[in-house]
Amino acid sequence: MSKNGKRVVVDRYKCAYCGACIAVCKFNANELIETFLIIDDEKCNVCKACVKTCPMGALAVIEACES
Amino acid sequence: MYDVVVVGAGPAGSMAAKTAAENGLNVLMVEKRQEIGVPVRCAEGVSKAELANFVEIDKKWIAAEVVGAKIYAPNGAEIVLAEEHAGNEVGYILERKIFDRHLARLAVKAGADVIVKTAAIGLERKDGTVKVKLKRMGEEWEVEAKIVVGADGVESRIGKLAGIDTTLKLSEIESCTQYLMSNIDFDPDYTYFWMGNEIAPGGYIWLFPKGERIANVGIGVMPSKAKKEAKEYLDDFVDERFKDGKIVEVVAGGVPVRGEIETAVADNVMLAGDAAHHADPITGGGIINALKAGKYAGIVAAEAVEKKNYSAEFLRKYDELWKNDFGKTLRRNKILQEKILSMDDETLNKLVGSLAGKNLGEMSVRNITIHLIKANPRLLWDIKDLFF
Ligand SMILES: Cc1cc2nc3c(=O)[nH]c(=O)nc-3n(C[C@H](O)[C@H](O)[C@H](O)COP(=O)(O)OP(=O)(O)OC[C@H]3O[C@@H](n4cnc5c(N)ncnc54)[C@H](O)[C@@H]3O)c2cc1C
Ligand code: SF4
Ligand code: SF4
Repeated sequence: MSKNGKRVVVDRYKCAYCGACIAVCKFNANELIETFLIIDDEKCNVCKACVKTCPMGALAVIEACES
Repeated sequence: MYDVVVVGAGPAGSMAAKTAAENGLNVLMVEKRQEIGVPVRCAEGVSKAELANFVEIDKKWIAAEVVGAKIYAPNGAEIVLAEEHAGNEVGYILERKIFDRHLARLAVKAGADVIVKTAAIGLERKDGTVKVKLKRMGEEWEVEAKIVVGADGVESRIGKLAGIDTTLKLSEIESCTQYLMSNIDFDPDYTYFWMGNEIAPGGYIWLFPKGERIANVGIGVMPSKAKKEAKEYLDDFVDERFKDGKIVEVVAGGVPVRGEIETAVADNVMLAGDAAHHADPITGGGIINALKAGKYAGIVAAEAVEKKNYSAEFLRKYDELWKNDFGKTLRRNKILQEKILSMDDETLNKLVGSLAGKNLGEMSVRNITIHLIKANPRLLWDIKDLFF
């Protein structure tokens, strides 16, 4: 599922698996397992808190149909 | 059944596990990552005197020693905080990969069990104790404990699972990128800090030496203020200043700068270190407070087990201990942080300029602020009572 046709995706080539995005997600929609960030589209509200927090610019909001 | 399950094997977790085990408790520490201490999420600076209170210093995990700090206003005005005499190093730059492992080993030596590559994924309270759900390489199982210490860092979920809201707002976190840079020029006796709304909105840029011509060069920005990601600000800075530097490691991370939280306990649960937002809102330093909190959590866990009382009410003793120790400083530095955040670059220039070129002595937030207040009573009148 997505919100208003949008979803948050991670660019794994940019992600430095630091966990900063986890700290700001009030919906508990993301999880970091070692180097692997997971975003749960069911829980994600596309509030963009994580997108603004990511130090590496690895997160982006895209149209849900894009990927 | 374990007396204590410690979640997270950073400084807070290892110190909690060590202290609890030393007090005779049956302890399990679980770490999500396959390697304790790696990847590093830290600039590795720490006060020499404070560290020595917790662990015998071992050169194996000391990368460098410094005598003080140099702080720069947006216009380049400099103030120095340093001991006057050579040989008076006040700070260490650690090798956290080795340091964190050393602390975990101390916990093991004291008798704690440790498992890595294992995440705590759930908590369930039942009949006065807790079932902690663990997951390791696809396998899930539960362990029972009287007490859980959530030392799971900035990405903590233990607090939330126990009913303590630890989500950070965009004005309560520093978004950080850091490069370990070699082949750069600087005086390795000092740490360096650059301030400015243009170069590091809501945070600062640092350089912490790790040896001759090699240093952690990093930045923290506040997401509520930043216009682009931390990495871009850092790239702008190093492109201008350290053109010939080579980046040999990239580090990223988030530091909680929320200040003192109301409580770090719930029934059967204590939070310690970054999980309890124990890092300092001004400096972003969290290692020492994590060690302190871990130790207090271990002590209170032992008392709770002895009294067979794991209620939030009993565990408030832990709140009292950490609050009496560094809670006041977190509160004070949060107010100071808000004050500094309200200043434009011109005001920062004026503040630092008032003391430019001087050596103010002791490297502490309190010392520098007192000097700034004395030199700029009008600008800082509203916070003076916090420091005198
Ligand atoms: C860029 C940067 C620079 C910094 N520079 C400094 C500095 O110079 N000086 C200083 O004092 N502080 C600094 N800090 C802060 C410092 O790194 C932290 O305050 C400190 O590491 C906190 O220790 P901790 O034990 O609370 O958490 P951490 O060291 O973060 O340890 C938490 C551990 O818990 C594990 N974990 C998380 N979730 C789970 C789970 N569900 N199950 C099992 N394990 C889990 C994690 O994998 C991690 O190993 C910096 C931070 C950053 C990001
Ligand atoms: S904040 Fe960015 S770099 Fe850090 S784990 Fe999340 S996506 Fe990766
Ligand atoms: S967009 Fe909001 S809800 Fe979705 S993962 Fe990011 S912080 Fe969580």
